Amino acid sequence: MTWTWFHRLASPPYAYALAARLTPWFAWPAALLILGGLWGGLVLAPPDYQQGEGFRIIYVHAPSAWMSLMVYTTMAIAAAVGLIWRIKVAHAVAASCAPIGASFTFAALVTGALWGEPMWGTYWEWDPRLTSELVLLFLYLGYMGLRAGIEDPQRADRASAVLAVVGVVNVPIIHYSVTWWNSLHQAPSVMRLGKPHMPATMLVPLLMMLLGFTLFFVALLLVRLRGEILSRERSASWIREVVRA
Amino acid sequence: MIARVPPAPGTLASGAPALSRAAEGGVPALAAASALQAARLVLRRDLQLAFRKRSQLVQPLAFFAMVTMLFPLATSPELSKLREIAPGVIWAAALLASLLALEFLFRDDAHDGTLEQYALSGQSLTWLMFAKTCAHWLLTGLPLALMAPVAALSLGAPGTSLPGILLSVAVGSVTVSLIGAIGAALTLGVKRGGVLLSLLTLPLSLPVLIFGARATQLAISGAPFLAPLELLAALAVLGVTLAPLAAAAAVRISLE
Repeated sequence: MTWTWFHRLASPPYAYALAARLTPWFAWPAALLILGGLWGGLVLAPPDYQQGEGFRIIYVHAPSAWMSLMVYTTMAIAAAVGLIWRIKVAHAVAASCAPIGASFTFAALVTGALWGEPMWGTYWEWDPRLTSELVLLFLYLGYMGLRAGIEDPQRADRASAVLAVVGVVNVPIIHYSVTWWNSLHQAPSVMRLGKPHMPATMLVPLLMMLLGFTLFFVALLLVRLRGEILSRERSASWIREVVRA
Repeated sequence: MIARVPPAPGTLASGAPALSRAAEGGVPALAAASALQAARLVLRRDLQLAFRKRSQLVQPLAFFAMVTMLFPLATSPELSKLREIAPGVIWAAALLASLLALEFLFRDDAHDGTLEQYALSGQSLTWLMFAKTCAHWLLTGLPLALMAPVAALSLGAPGTSLPGILLSVAVGSVTVSLIGAIGAALTLGVKRGGVLLSLLTLPLSLPVLIFGARATQLAISGAPFLAPLELLAALAVLGVTLAPLAAAAAVRISLE
């Protein structure tokens, strides 16, 4: 097996061009899936028998919460790759992930609070999942703060990569220790084997939103990655050709 | 800024050159020592330096006492109420006091080049970082653990709960020192990194806070507190095995 495809990914001009070429392939399906999922979720799906219309916020809340974790994992993997093989593009990927992940985490917290008010009668509850989501936001903020605090870009890359890897080891520990308390949060009702707890008219839009958000993240990541590569390689000669074209 | 007392004859010198040459008094040079010996040397050196600056040693403890004092003044002096919040107060104060001392864990050594000498000595940096973390724990975690029962008494905890409180702070602060060492090493290159250090370290220390406060709470209410204490010990073991590796990597990055 040849590894040339992998090695080529590590070259900034190649990664830049590839990101530009791939962006529409993720952006358009993401837009279609999200629009379709929203229509299915907000219009077609029946109101919940307990929560009424209020449950519909799940179509934004659950995908955001799912993405907040997935983006962190992606960031940590990219950081580890950059740390181990000293690949600049991998560090650029990790750097591009952080603000996106922080935004998803923030969105999950805000939609969770808006959902909590009518359902539990309170915007905020010190419940395990809410709390670990908040901690995740702090982890993102710490990562971005460390990156911003170190002036030398290569050292910033490598130091923040260590932090991302340390963080990813800690996320499950934090989650389980926070679960120590009793939970008000309803048990997960999507990823359950056996009898589904949701009728298909509710479930299908949700799955569409999950996939749509994932593709949306990849598209955003590719756009941010190009910006990141441009600013890192601003003194390289190939940039001049790209910018002129 | 880095005003260090010149080393007394017969002890390991604090300056960088002494690490490469054999110091007097039968202390082997760092480069020639085995990994364990080297770690012991670093530990001894850090303790010695710390005991020459006693005021810096006492500061985290004074801070801990001050923060504990704030709560009765800010809430109410009723012991029944204070007893309820005592675990949270003790643990939050201990975490913050430990953080306060972490800022200085590597700072002086980075300034005068000692860290570079460590990295170049050919010794495993992981072991040396472990030694430095041990020193930090001996200098802050252990004294804090000894002070926590006093603070707990003043917050209305019964005398029977004191061994449990001492144990939980002693075991929990090991992990805090270890996580803090990673944070301190990562923020070495950052100007005024103190706030950033807390932003990095506090979220990662949450499990310690949760289990530690739970153990303290159980101890105060007279219930068996072994379960959270064992979890604290498990976290400490995990930290001992992994954290020095990360701290060593972070120190190397800061020296690049």
